[in-house]
Amino acid sequence: MGAPLRLLPGDSRGAAASFLGLLAIIAITIPILNLAVPASSPLHVSTYATALIGKYLCYAMLALAVDLVWGFCGILSLGHAAFFALGGYAMGMYLMRQIGPRGVYGHAVLPDFMVFLNWQELPWFWYGFNHFPVAVVMMALVPALLALVFGWLAFRSRVTGVYLSIITQALSYALMLAFFRNDMGFGGNNGFTDFKDLLGYDLQRDGTRVVLLVCSAVALGISYLACRAIVASRAGRVVRAIRDAESRTRFLGYRVESFKLWIFVFSAVIAGVAGALYVPQVGIINPSEFAPINSIEVVIWVAVGGRGTLHGAALGAVLVNFTKTYFTGALPEVWLYALGTLFVLVTLFLPRGLMGIVPLRAAALPEPVEAK
Amino acid sequence: MNTWTNATGNGKATDWRALREAASRRAPPELAGKILYVEGVTVSFDGFKALDHLSLYVDPGELRCIIGPNGAGKTTMMDVITGKTRPDVGSVWFGRSVDLLLLDEPAIAQVGIGRKFQKPTVFEQLTVVENLELSLPGAKTFWRTLLARPTAAERARIDETLEIIGLTGQRGLTGSVLSHGQKQWLEIGMLLMQGPELLLVDEPVAGMTPQETERTAELLLSLAGKHSVVVVEHDMEFVRSIASRVTVLHEGRVLAEGDMDQVQNDPKVIEVYLGA
Repeated sequence: MGAPLRLLPGDSRGAAASFLGLLAIIAITIPILNLAVPASSPLHVSTYATALIGKYLCYAMLALAVDLVWGFCGILSLGHAAFFALGGYAMGMYLMRQIGPRGVYGHAVLPDFMVFLNWQELPWFWYGFNHFPVAVVMMALVPALLALVFGWLAFRSRVTGVYLSIITQALSYALMLAFFRNDMGFGGNNGFTDFKDLLGYDLQRDGTRVVLLVCSAVALGISYLACRAIVASRAGRVVRAIRDAESRTRFLGYRVESFKLWIFVFSAVIAGVAGALYVPQVGIINPSEFAPINSIEVVIWVAVGGRGTLHGAALGAVLVNFTKTYFTGALPEVWLYALGTLFVLVTLFLPRGLMGIVPLRAAALPEPVEAK
Repeated sequence: MNTWTNATGNGKATDWRALREAASRRAPPELAGKILYVEGVTVSFDGFKALDHLSLYVDPGELRCIIGPNGAGKTTMMDVITGKTRPDVGSVWFGRSVDLLLLDEPAIAQVGIGRKFQKPTVFEQLTVVENLELSLPGAKTFWRTLLARPTAAERARIDETLEIIGLTGQRGLTGSVLSHGQKQWLEIGMLLMQGPELLLVDEPVAGMTPQETERTAELLLSLAGKHSVVVVEHDMEFVRSIASRVTVLHEGRVLAEGDMDQVQNDPKVIEVYLGA
């Protein structure tokens, strides 16, 4: 392992302001360029591009969630795609109920896949998902509950390091296998698709896409501010202390398990909300979202952007996914090799990610202890 | 001391009064008024007895040195007192009211026992001030620390401790850039911030220069009286300079106890340790 890696202390005020400013610019200019600029103009942003950027912003939220637990608390989660997918499924269930009788089979209540499987009535866990507020609560609550139960068991047993990473991976994989089953009542391997509208707005219309993009930008901004507030608090310093010397923190009187648990649960909620915003923008959710490779990719985004800096994680997600979109279009067979090479190179030469290139300013974090 | 009743974990209420009464029944009258009772403690690892019916008592305000050859059980004893290792048999009481074997590490830290490790373990990524801040006594739960704002009293206390350990000029530096001696002092400072009644200090002068050793001796002497201090140390000169009372451990048992001259002239001690 060698000398401990000098991590960045967090996000400076300047970095936070630039990051939020950039988000605001995206949230303002993309809608204008999509809706107000005619399609013939070179400045026009297509609806396809709008949805793509919206998708990147959801990935950035997921990266933020992973950075909070990995970069600051030292929990290398290889299962965050599970929380993302659960949030996505909660949104998907609402969107499926919104289809109503417009499905292929025209059943008033049951989604198409249930009619196809000869189900007579809605399973109990689908009740209430026709109400948007219920769905919104579930997007956060289901990932939070899973993280709470899983984290309580794992952290209480003092499972750490690579063992914890392996069981988070197993958790995600087990959920993928479960969601593949038709009997689960979540559409089996096809998942949910053919969504019609959200809160009465047609998902195919440009205006809806633009609003979803703005919602994603706002959600990312709020998550960023919340994560930053946690990291800059005394609890955030305890969490970083746990990352660097867990047993020492215990001897100072901190209950390490409970700090890890709350950070993990909060991170799962961010991932769930990101998943929920992602689904209407890509138009589909199926069990492959739980795939182990997805969780591993998120870790790579964070490593590339800069572990331990929140804006770095978000920018890493956007950058890697932009590259992925380009590669999978131009040279699809090369992408996985390129991703692997990128991870190796970043680990070897940029241990602090791209943010490590930015010179470290003095007084990077406002230090509340000193503040008058 | 005001927060420790809710620090026993798992939400289960502990009947402290019953424990206290049980304790007063158990403690023999000649041992009344000690701050630490270690009685008949045995710890074995795969058949090897690291501690073998060890008994040790520490007075309030005392500065006690524990010496002994490698493998004598010094660090294991610290581990038992701080809850890191559970003994096979025996009892460990803090004062007459707290059965340490019922508590885990965070709870033991909160009742007032602080520990400095052999290898200095400060938080390398946090600044000196932040290291001290996390050592403040008081609320240690996630939600309380999330909302905690440093009070004027806390800031004053941090400044005062910085002054004592001589790191005022290094307050904004991260732990990773401190010298070995500075890290040792920072760790002692972190102990002081906790305001423990009992400090357990493991090899405080290992790897220090003579000047640093001298300053550490002064620091520990100034702490005795206000706190009870138990020091584990190999450096005999250092022990001679600070200790009034010395306990020699050997093969998990107390071999001798007394002042430095008594201990040094004890034939058993000369045979196993000093004579070597």
